[in-house]
Amino acid sequence: MKIVVCIKQVPDSEAKVSTQNGQVSWGESPLVINPFDEYAVEAGLQQKEVFTAEVTALCIGPESARDALKHALAMGADNAVLVSDPALVDIDSQAAARILAAAIQKIGDVDMVIFGRQTIDTSTGLTTPQTARLLGWPMLALAGSIKSENKKVTVERIIEEGKQTVSATMPVVLSVVQSIGEPRYPSFMGIRKASKAVIPFWSLSDLGLSAPKVVVDRTELMNPPSRNVNCEIINGSNPEEIAETLAKKILAEKVL
Amino acid sequence: MKTWVYIDHFKGEAVSASWEAIGVGKTFGSVTALVFGSSVEHLAQAAFEFGADEVLLADNSELADFRAEPYASTLTALVTSASPDLILLPTTFRAREMAGMSAMDLNSGVLIDVTALENNGENIIATRPIYEGKLFEKTTCSGKPQFVALRGRAFPRPSREAGRSGAITKVAAQTQALTSVEGYSAGESGVSINDAGVIVAGGRGVSNNPSLGQDEKATAEKGFALIGELAALLGGAVGASRAAVDAGFIPYSHQVGQTGKVVSPDLYIAAGISGSIQHVVGIRTAKVVVAINKDAEAPIFTVARYGVVGDLFTFLPLLTTALKKILDK
Repeated sequence: MKIVVCIKQVPDSEAKVSTQNGQVSWGESPLVINPFDEYAVEAGLQQKEVFTAEVTALCIGPESARDALKHALAMGADNAVLVSDPALVDIDSQAAARILAAAIQKIGDVDMVIFGRQTIDTSTGLTTPQTARLLGWPMLALAGSIKSENKKVTVERIIEEGKQTVSATMPVVLSVVQSIGEPRYPSFMGIRKASKAVIPFWSLSDLGLSAPKVVVDRTELMNPPSRNVNCEIINGSNPEEIAETLAKKILAEKVL
Repeated sequence: MKTWVYIDHFKGEAVSASWEAIGVGKTFGSVTALVFGSSVEHLAQAAFEFGADEVLLADNSELADFRAEPYASTLTALVTSASPDLILLPTTFRAREMAGMSAMDLNSGVLIDVTALENNGENIIATRPIYEGKLFEKTTCSGKPQFVALRGRAFPRPSREAGRSGAITKVAAQTQALTSVEGYSAGESGVSINDAGVIVAGGRGVSNNPSLGQDEKATAEKGFALIGELAALLGGAVGASRAAVDAGFIPYSHQVGQTGKVVSPDLYIAAGISGSIQHVVGIRTAKVVVAINKDAEAPIFTVARYGVVGDLFTFLPLLTTALKKILDK
């Protein structure tokens, strides 16, 4: 089985992100693999434990995004591919889907494509359905577990309203949620292997694409409105009195 | 502006943010609601009562279970024949999947999780949080139609006018599906944190060290029971920080914050939550935050309107009692 895991590099979730001169700034914080995508890598490696499978991590990004791919390799992925091109700045989900679909086709004979449920930067959650649509492959989104048998893939889809069992025939595009299991830590051997790995990079022309049209444009970037809250610590001679005072304050806010 | 509003539902039960989307649509003129599913005519009626002027109804047994591919194809076919300018949707996973695919067919864009809208005459400019609410961006989409998915509770819900009606146009469903839904088990009942006006949430403080054994687990269960009682009294939902979810005390669907959900309740009561940046970004749009924590230095107090320094196990039952009394319940 041939599995492609699509990952993205994003600022660390601890980063204090702000806007500076109209650009996104994350200060000194590191760029990391998108936390949800670690679950996608984990899902691919779980398949590999059951089947003879080859897991390729695929990422669109600048040169620095190699580090995110190295993380996937250190976790146990077999191969990594970076799609990098100066024309790929501020692309939208649709453009990303076009590039990923072309790269998946170039990798060839892929049975399963796995995404994390969304990224923590732009958080649109659109790239999975859009890539599936372009490829014309079935989408099994929000998978909390994955079972494959012959060419049939069955997932437990975790939604607000409960769990659904959904199936489709390979090749399929999946997105996974945390129930898939905690992502494994890179092993010492994995880290060594990853540090030596030569990660090929493909440009747009390698994929036979021109710069994809972007349909969603950012017109302005803003820091969030500052919340000027002065916390009022409720005091009292005993906890009962504090509880009563707080209850009155909450009632006066007219939020109940 | 020719405006359509997609009514998202699960097994015939509408997601209430769909009605908020009708309210937003009405500010641009008349609204055509889209209802797809099987035996869902009652949703068309509800859409009229919330303000829709017309309904396009694709009612077909093949659409009984939501599957993104046929729903997207149904939408794409309708758009191709009627050319709306704007399609409003609630930001749910179903709507994201359907709109994402349909926008791909139509070479247009989808703006997700929108919290404010402006109309510059030609285009809609949407404000949305990015980096989990650490920043906001204004975005627009150059394709037509513009798909705009609204964040739940970001816009007012229109009042319901019982008996209001309109014309239903039955439209064809595209039924070619690539996946099959083989089973379903319902989740927990209760209010979802997405729609909740009140959220009472617990964190690591509910147990001292969640990774320890059975004693700690029992403590955590007791803590979440207290949280649940207060939430139930206020008709609210139970939330949790990542620490509590990772420890397995409460399912992931309750997780607030980065890698969980961004919520917008009117009242958020954080019990035993220290207030890491990853958690706090999830409650930025809450109206009133109340923090209860043993540690007076906990960062949660810097974002809270009211704070109580104390032990949640002692304090929550007292607060529940006090609120019960004051609300006369």
